Amino acid sequence: MIAVGDQAPDFSLRDQDGEKVSLSDYRGRKVMLVFYPGDFSPVCGDQLSIYQEVKPEIAEKGVELVGISVDSFFAHKAFQEKLGIDTTLLSDFEPKGEVARAYGSYLDAPLGFANRALVLVDEDGKVAWTYESPNPGEFPGANVIFDALS
Amino acid sequence: MSDLSSAAIPPVGPDDHVCGEGEEGVLVYADLACPLCAADWPRLRERGGRLVFRHFPVASKHPRSPALHGAVEAAGRQGRFFEMVDSLYADRGRVDDPHLWERAERLGLDLDRFEADRRSAEVEARVRRDFESGIRAGVTSTPGIFGLPGLYSYR
Repeated sequence: MIAVGDQAPDFSLRDQDGEKVSLSDYRGRKVMLVFYPGDFSPVCGDQLSIYQEVKPEIAEKGVELVGISVDSFFAHKAFQEKLGIDTTLLSDFEPKGEVARAYGSYLDAPLGFANRALVLVDEDGKVAWTYESPNPGEFPGANVIFDALS
Repeated sequence: MSDLSSAAIPPVGPDDHVCGEGEEGVLVYADLACPLCAADWPRLRERGGRLVFRHFPVASKHPRSPALHGAVEAAGRQGRFFEMVDSLYADRGRVDDPHLWERAERLGLDLDRFEADRRSAEVEARVRRDFESGIRAGVTSTPGIFGLPGLYSYR
């Protein structure tokens, strides 16, 4: 995983609506990057649903949540609608997993997707905190996010 | 502002929803619109010992959850909490408001009071209190089941 204190690698990815979103767009604000394996998997759905329930409290801490996976933005849109969430989902689709690799969360073949990881980027674009799950089947509860923000 | 950082599961208290007897049993964080919770519920009810129910509605995933949790909490204020939970889990296809009124009538509840209670700020806060305690304890899916008396991870 990328180290705390490092400059967070900038990126420009499409969101669920096909709009380009760059990390630099968040400069001056804190953003929690939520790397996850893939849309429509049971664990990923639970993770994003639980985070949605406490999104207002995360926002109160001045932090925006952004999900990133290797799925296409069309899949992100459908996944977002299925879950009933409004968290921005970014498509690390082409080149596949390039951003996950830059942050050190990519799991090589035969998996070929990002491990579940959280990266808090501060107002200056530096990595302030990271968490990587022991395996893609486990996700950090929302309490872990609040521990990082307290 | 709520503190949602990590904390131990609150011990069973006098205002928890508890049925059954004895020191041993289970405490469950459950979502009333969750199919997995519904599938587990009969086993939890029949296993014996103490059963503690805590609200864990995941509204984004199950949009009717908040209404259902309000309904059982309101039923609880008339002494029929677990009967309403049983009713909802046993018949998951009928959970709109008219169905809730039917269930309330069947349980002999004062319907006006049920209606007022289930939409009240107090009931909403009571449900949210349980939910937040589950979040702080690291509950990530439902049902989240813990063994009593030690609140150990059940599975």
